[in-house]
Amino acid sequence: MTMMIIRRLLMSLVLILVSTATIFVLMSFVPGDAALAILGENATPESVAYLREQLGLDLPLWTQYANWTAGLFQGDLGTSIYSGEPVTKLLAARMGLTFSLMLGSTIAIAVLGVLIGLASALREGWIGRTIDALSLVGFALPSFWIAIVLVGIFAVGLKMFPATGYTPPAAGVGPWLTSLVLPVTAMSLSGITVIAKQMRDSVRRELDRDYVRVLRSTGVSEPRIVLLHVVRNASIPTTTLIGLMAVGALSGAVFIENVFVLPGLGSLVTSAAARQDLPVILGIGVAFTAIVILINLVVDIAYVSLNPKVRQSR
Amino acid sequence: MKSPQPRTHSASLTRALLRKPLGVVSAGVILVLILAALLAPWIAPYDPLAQNMLIARQGPSAGHWLGTDLLGRDLLTRLMYGGRDSLLGVAQGLGVMLIIAVPTGILAAYVRGWFDRAVLSIIDIVMSIPGILITLASLAIFSNSMLAAMVTVGVLASAAFTRVFRSAVLAQRQEPFVQAAVVTGLSTWLILLRHVLPQARGTILVQASLFGAATLGIQTGLSFLAFGPPPPAPTWGGMVAEAAAAIQSFPWMFIPTGGVIVIATLAFGLLGDALRDAAAEQVQVRPAPAQPGAAAAPASLVGTPDDDRMPRTDALLRVEDLSVTFGTEAPLTVVDRVSFDVKPGEIVGIVGESGSGKTVTALAAIGLLGRGGALSGGTITFDGKKISGDRAAMKEIRGSGIAYISQEPLIALDPSFTIGFQLIEVVRLHDKCSRRQARERALELLNSMRLADPERVFRSYPHQISGGMAQRVVIAKALAGRPQLLIADEPTTALDVTVQAEILSLLGSIRDETGMAIILVTHDWGVVAETCDRTVVMYAGQVVEEAEVRELINAPRHPYTRGLLASDPHGARRGDILPTIGGVVPPPGSWPAGCRFAARCKFAQPECRDQPIALADAGDGRMSRCIRVDALLEKVTA
Repeated sequence: MTMMIIRRLLMSLVLILVSTATIFVLMSFVPGDAALAILGENATPESVAYLREQLGLDLPLWTQYANWTAGLFQGDLGTSIYSGEPVTKLLAARMGLTFSLMLGSTIAIAVLGVLIGLASALREGWIGRTIDALSLVGFALPSFWIAIVLVGIFAVGLKMFPATGYTPPAAGVGPWLTSLVLPVTAMSLSGITVIAKQMRDSVRRELDRDYVRVLRSTGVSEPRIVLLHVVRNASIPTTTLIGLMAVGALSGAVFIENVFVLPGLGSLVTSAAARQDLPVILGIGVAFTAIVILINLVVDIAYVSLNPKVRQSR
Repeated sequence: MKSPQPRTHSASLTRALLRKPLGVVSAGVILVLILAALLAPWIAPYDPLAQNMLIARQGPSAGHWLGTDLLGRDLLTRLMYGGRDSLLGVAQGLGVMLIIAVPTGILAAYVRGWFDRAVLSIIDIVMSIPGILITLASLAIFSNSMLAAMVTVGVLASAAFTRVFRSAVLAQRQEPFVQAAVVTGLSTWLILLRHVLPQARGTILVQASLFGAATLGIQTGLSFLAFGPPPPAPTWGGMVAEAAAAIQSFPWMFIPTGGVIVIATLAFGLLGDALRDAAAEQVQVRPAPAQPGAAAAPASLVGTPDDDRMPRTDALLRVEDLSVTFGTEAPLTVVDRVSFDVKPGEIVGIVGESGSGKTVTALAAIGLLGRGGALSGGTITFDGKKISGDRAAMKEIRGSGIAYISQEPLIALDPSFTIGFQLIEVVRLHDKCSRRQARERALELLNSMRLADPERVFRSYPHQISGGMAQRVVIAKALAGRPQLLIADEPTTALDVTVQAEILSLLGSIRDETGMAIILVTHDWGVVAETCDRTVVMYAGQVVEEAEVRELINAPRHPYTRGLLASDPHGARRGDILPTIGGVVPPPGSWPAGCRFAARCKFAQPECRDQPIALADAGDGRMSRCIRVDALLEKVTA
């Protein structure tokens, strides 16, 4: 287990370098750069050249990357071209919100998805058919569309939740949670149907296995067979899928933060992309990659501790 | 030299797809959307940019089928033009993904070696990169170019799809026609092009369709975030954003703008599902479903003569006229009025080929028929108490009255828990004792199973022990409740010959020590001769003969028993056609009205096929379902 974590952490370093290097390589394909973007199309060549030198953009690409990497290891991700603020400060201010959204939606997806899936596996009929129909809808409805409908109904119409904006937990746990309800709901709906469907199929498959028949023959009670043996085995493939959903929540956050005007990493990266603010994009690249790695690590640990076959071979 | 030909795939895949209404509709919807987008400049009713504030914010009308937007522009027109961008984006992403993933996946699976390993590591890395970030970065770098974004999406997604295509080809690589092509010396490229690619086409189409749905989501999402062509150019995502601005005052606009995205996504997704089903149908070689038609009269229970019965006194288990059906809509009878009984301490063998109903009979006795199975008639009495149709009574005796062991010991144990845990679970259930005492008894049970190292087995997980050890554990589990009867469903079939003998002698000595009766379901005469006291021979859901083992083996009184004995299925695999009896057991639903064995019987006469044959006393306390017993005996003695 420790070996696995160490290997993962080393891998994470490689990943951060690969994803940021990708962005640098992409940059080399295009003529324009930050200096031009800051000064605009009408700037004099002299002033552009001067700013280029100031920003280090006149250096060869690999030197720029080396400089940026050196900064990364010292905890310096440069400054935003647009606002001049240090990127690390921007990240620190917005990380918490995105993390709350991802954590909230992942928990909602895991808990509700597993419960609904289990219920529909045990009771054929309308629950199963409803899940089938909903999972089709959940698959086809874009999350941003769902988000706007939720705002229309629950915020504008019923005035139960705020339509936009974010209340940090410092201002009270109640208002904080209230401001997260609609965004998390919009982010989770399709994931819940995906997990429910997967869990239902896994539970059905497990119920047909020989060990269940043998357990029944020994007299073990049905609730114990289902809740202990079947759920345990069915959750192994489901865990992997929940991990994928959690990673997907990262893209979900990008759209949802924009709809709900939430000051997180998702809305930051969108505006940075629109303003071609590359230092910020690179910084968020580091943050996003770190989040993906963290999720994968958690999933791996969960998977290994659930599955004795893997556990023994490590 | 003629190269082996794969089955023609494209034609039959299309045909299979055409049989799926949902697939046809989905493909049609996609086609209509593409045509509408392509032909928009010629067929769209209005100019997509023509504003007219006088008719702004209107619902559907004859002039504007989908209404107008906030600036009075025709929504239908704008959706048609918007489709150009969205569907083009899907095509770009899809194209890039396929160009990368198909050749890489196929090559990796085919060439293997270092190339495969390198591809797999790259896939691992790319799949861990947050795709949305790189996509947004490329939008930033290539000044808001949707083409750049969709190409990025395609490149990043190709990692996951390379893996899918690779596995699909890996599975096919083992197929005989590919192997044969390799042997005939075709060049690698030719094999890939002519044999492997056509086989993988199903998988590729399914994945392409599903990825189409995903790409559409990304494309519309990005245009919703105001990337891509700037306003007033119509985009599907951008129009949802416009609708959002007026969510309160003009909610109608939300329906067509979101609706077109939903319809297009659904069409891609459902087309993928339909393709998957169509491809799956091709792979499955389906035997023609058995039709209970005129030639093969359904096993009707009307006008059948009563079977003779030889109820013995003080039976532990009595099965009378047991019938079992499977399926809910048109239940199919698989076990047809079976009767037999088991005395305390007796080992009764149930023998027959696959499909004879012997396993179902055994499972019915303990109420474990599984999904779709139901008792449709008859009674089961255990220890003087009727247990059939009484769930509570059946539950009560499971484990403590009747226990069960199955054919494949390795899958009969829960893979997630240690052997010790699973044994203690059952011991505590029956003994209601402390954890400590349960642990002791569990180890004792393992000890009595003649295991070399019970302590180690106790600590192990099921995947860490051999099949023979696992079967001993399963037997220990079955014995934990001190049952009076053990139902063993082909307990040695999956094991090595030497282990088989050990397990059988173990079962024999358990019977001798505890007086537990055993029902042994098997197709192996060696097992029967060695272990059983009595034998019930089953054929096509019926008992055809019942006798003491010695008598039965020395002088069978049913042609089927005789054929089975002569063919000696020692070592023959399940489903093999036995050498001396031509043909196979007729499947449930196609049982003839007369003798069910007549079609395969050398002694059959016309009268055998005319009416149902009853199980009758065949002398010496034996039963046989044959009206030609005399002829059979003559032949044997002659």
